[in-house]
Amino acid sequence: MADQKNFSFPDTLRYHTEHEWISIHPPHRVGISDFAQDQLGDLTYVELPEVGRRLARGEEFGALESTKSVSPLFCPARGVVTAVNEELAEDPGLPNADPYGRGWVIELKPDNTEELEDLMDALAYRQFIETAGH
Amino acid sequence: MRYLPHTTEDIEDMLQAVGARELDDLFAAIPPACRRQTPLLLPPPLTEWELTSHLEELAAQGGGDWRVFLGAGSQEHHIPALVPYLAGRSEFLTSYTPYQPEMSQGTLQAVFEFQTLISRLVGLEVTNASMYDGATALAEAALMAMRIVRRVTLVVSSLIHPHWREVLATYLAPRRDVNLVVLPAAADGRTDLSSLDSMPASCAPAAMLIQSPNIFGVFENLPASAKAIHTAGGLLISSFTEPFALGLSKTPGSLGADIVCGEAQSLGLPQGFGGPTLGLMSCAREYMRQIPGRLVGRTTDLEGNQAFVLTLSTREQHIRRSKAVSNICSNAGHCALTAGIFMAAIGGDGFRKMARVNLDRAEYLKAGLIRAGFAPLFSAPTFNEFVLKAPAGFAAVHRRLCRKRILAGFPLASWYPDLPELKDAWLFGVTETRTKADIDALLREVT
Amino acid sequence: MNESSFVPAGTRGLVLREGLLWEKGKPGRSAMSIPESGVPSASLPDDLAGPGPDWPNLSEQEVARHYTRLSTWNFGLDTGMYPLGSCTMKYNPKINEILAALPGFARAHPLLPDEAVQGELRLMHALEEYLAEITGLAAASLQPGAGAHGELCGMLMIAAYHRNAGSGRTKILIPDTSHGTNPASAAMCGFEEVKIPLGPGGYMEAATVRSLLTDEVAGLMVTNPNTLGLFESDLADVISLVHDRGGLVYADGANLNAIMGYADLGRIGVDVVHINTHKTLSTPHGGGGPGAGPVVVSRTLAPYLPGPRVVKNENGYGWNHDLPLSIGRIHGFYGQFRVLVRAYAYILSLGPELKKASALAVLNANYIKESLKDLYELPFDRPCMHECVFTDGRQKAVGVNTLDIAKRLIDLGFHPPTIYFPLVVNGAIMIEPTESESREELDAFIAAMRQVAREAEENPDLLLQAPTATKVRRLDEVSAARHPLLTGDMLY
Repeated sequence: MADQKNFSFPDTLRYHTEHEWISIHPPHRVGISDFAQDQLGDLTYVELPEVGRRLARGEEFGALESTKSVSPLFCPARGVVTAVNEELAEDPGLPNADPYGRGWVIELKPDNTEELEDLMDALAYRQFIETAGH
Repeated sequence: MRYLPHTTEDIEDMLQAVGARELDDLFAAIPPACRRQTPLLLPPPLTEWELTSHLEELAAQGGGDWRVFLGAGSQEHHIPALVPYLAGRSEFLTSYTPYQPEMSQGTLQAVFEFQTLISRLVGLEVTNASMYDGATALAEAALMAMRIVRRVTLVVSSLIHPHWREVLATYLAPRRDVNLVVLPAAADGRTDLSSLDSMPASCAPAAMLIQSPNIFGVFENLPASAKAIHTAGGLLISSFTEPFALGLSKTPGSLGADIVCGEAQSLGLPQGFGGPTLGLMSCAREYMRQIPGRLVGRTTDLEGNQAFVLTLSTREQHIRRSKAVSNICSNAGHCALTAGIFMAAIGGDGFRKMARVNLDRAEYLKAGLIRAGFAPLFSAPTFNEFVLKAPAGFAAVHRRLCRKRILAGFPLASWYPDLPELKDAWLFGVTETRTKADIDALLREVT
Repeated sequence: MNESSFVPAGTRGLVLREGLLWEKGKPGRSAMSIPESGVPSASLPDDLAGPGPDWPNLSEQEVARHYTRLSTWNFGLDTGMYPLGSCTMKYNPKINEILAALPGFARAHPLLPDEAVQGELRLMHALEEYLAEITGLAAASLQPGAGAHGELCGMLMIAAYHRNAGSGRTKILIPDTSHGTNPASAAMCGFEEVKIPLGPGGYMEAATVRSLLTDEVAGLMVTNPNTLGLFESDLADVISLVHDRGGLVYADGANLNAIMGYADLGRIGVDVVHINTHKTLSTPHGGGGPGAGPVVVSRTLAPYLPGPRVVKNENGYGWNHDLPLSIGRIHGFYGQFRVLVRAYAYILSLGPELKKASALAVLNANYIKESLKDLYELPFDRPCMHECVFTDGRQKAVGVNTLDIAKRLIDLGFHPPTIYFPLVVNGAIMIEPTESESREELDAFIAAMRQVAREAEENPDLLLQAPTATKVRRLDEVSAARHPLLTGDMLY
């Protein structure tokens, strides 16, 4: 199914098993993958964390809402939230329209950028969603 | 049985279709250890006429024909025949929660209008589709404030209806982290706010809970309450048991309340021995994602027509489950519809005039009782309920009037046994349903 | 039934336009008589006085037309079949409306002295006894305002029981088929939910529960029959396990309509159950309540029931406030009294025939299940209780889903079943006909469902575009949630 839809997974990003991405170059923005936004459908609200909050890897830091579901957001790396995408308040559909651009969710200052390499690259993530039976 | 349409032949055919011999076979999945071993020991079925006689007999032993001079959370008001008549249309009465909006636009638009009219009544932007009653709305408002402010101290006026405070305590019982700070009564009959200034910083409050008019019928000082609690970083939850007071007074929203909750039985619902009634809950727009209960919103259909739909459902239990803002599901939808029809029928002008009649008649009774030897206890203004200290011997008069099916007030000492100043204090209430002649008759009895 | 002879109930009709309330009327009109005060006029001090609400002013006929037109945009149980799973939309007897409106009940102030309200108290006392008899349990309270409120009440009692025993149990076991209200009610009592995964047979297995039980478990919340419409086969064993570890058992009575007179909750070991009067006991749902959610309990939990409690004494009936272990009040007065009058009237109308109501409800559900399982996927093909759960598994292949099936049923004149619940079944279509529907009505519904399945293959656009016969078409729910307009005065 993933192939049929021609999802895009940029090579400059690393991917978490919960379908968040993080950019490997600063600023280390975090968002949700094209696959994830497609699965969730039209987003209606994004619950954002406070700037300055310290997050562990895999920690829940917010949520994405559609009309009939709520999906938690998980942090792909240890670090501190340095910014949140204020535009999402007015336009929660941005992760649908532009998941890797204007639809970013938070900016993170990772404790250790080397840890980002533990995440999946685009190819591995593509294989992951295909084999996970999505 | 008239509610069971199956003929013997229907049952036989249908059993055959499902591969069963008799009805009891359908329950083979119930393990023997779970089965009922005896027949249901209930009275034999009544015909409609026997049932009616029986219920009429019970109703005749009911309290509906008393002349009551008391509110205390349940108010007698006139209800135009139009209101129950329209609300009783079975398209409204026999529908479920409007999960399929295309075939529920009647309920949805009516609730949207209800939300709008209540928001205008209380002066806050957001109103939900109702709660079970005022008491549970207050408890939910407290939980809501604690979620918003992320604090666990509640400052509670002791002049909120005692039953409502009991319900609040019931809701909070498992929450061992919550601190309750109770504000006593001041000499003028309002809540004494002075202890707020001396509260240690460690008890940073999530909210102050207050009722206006309070259980003494007295209008609280909402601006001062708002200032005090906002200075401490908490929210003001203002509640009421008598919405008609808002026909003449400023809205709690305009006076600084962040959340307003209340009992709206006065708006077209019979007292019904306490239920069902109508819980209200309104809040400022910034808190709309924390309000419990159903919300109806305006949108369009795919052809661009105006349409209404349940919205912001992600707050609710059927989606967020254990993380929902509340467990509430069915609320008091039909009561909200009824109140909407009542508000439409009375209109803004009628509501103001009727509120004026309430105030005038209550003041008339108050003055008459004072002439008859009662003493005012509190100086602050009241609406259609008030407290007076009774002269010696009034308890006997009260009992004598009960034999004539007249309820002349309520002894507050039974609710406030620890307050010696309320020893002979009686709470009275008068609405437009008590005429001048009724009031004069009561005054003759007590004089 | 010959399928080609099926004539759908959905047809054309004149749909009248009607604006919003405040778009009508003008100052000077009123639909209500306002008496003269007849006494000297009083006023509030300036710092309190306000202008009063900005509500429209309408004539009586304007109000009558407004709400009558709105009502025609609604579909109620009296309009047509309403097979909403888990909601038990059975017939709402008309006589019960009249009885609940008797002035002796409707005009009674709740603080009247006991001797004034013997009729009300006697009714409540008898109703509590009937509910105990129907469930097989010991005692009841009528206070909770709806089903979820009954759940909260039950969980507060379980929490109070453990508190009184000095134990700090923190967890509640809840099957993953449960209604969302279960985990939400548990959470309001500070409990953490432990999910019990569904077993392959469509019920929770005792072995699974055993593996999840610890001394931290305060209890189990279980809906029986479960939301798949299946009786929990291992329930007696599960309850023994929970009790042996010191836990209590809460039963969600949402599906009680399946088992009246057949199952004995007392024997099963249930400690507390709530009853949705607006489901099992025929009180109208009113487009969202008011319901009533009485709780019925075992002897263990009886001392914890909310107070005050109605009691029979030497003077007749009265209130007992002396309840040291009670969780206290959970309603401003005594519960949704006039809803309870209807429930009482319903029980007296059927008496022991309540058992037959359950039997016919189960017969109707099985009849539908057998009549549709060749066209719709049935995830658990075993005899069901009062409801059956299908999925859109077969229809998905041609690009239509459960929502489309539901919307097409609207055009054919039926309220759709419950959809996408329980969550453990993908694309669930949950059908609960109740005992009220006659065989002819069931056949018409079955024919409609079969027609929809055929249309999905032959002309899926009919489903994708549906409904077309309603006041409005499918709604833009995304915009409604992104930019909420919750009152006529809210703007973006």
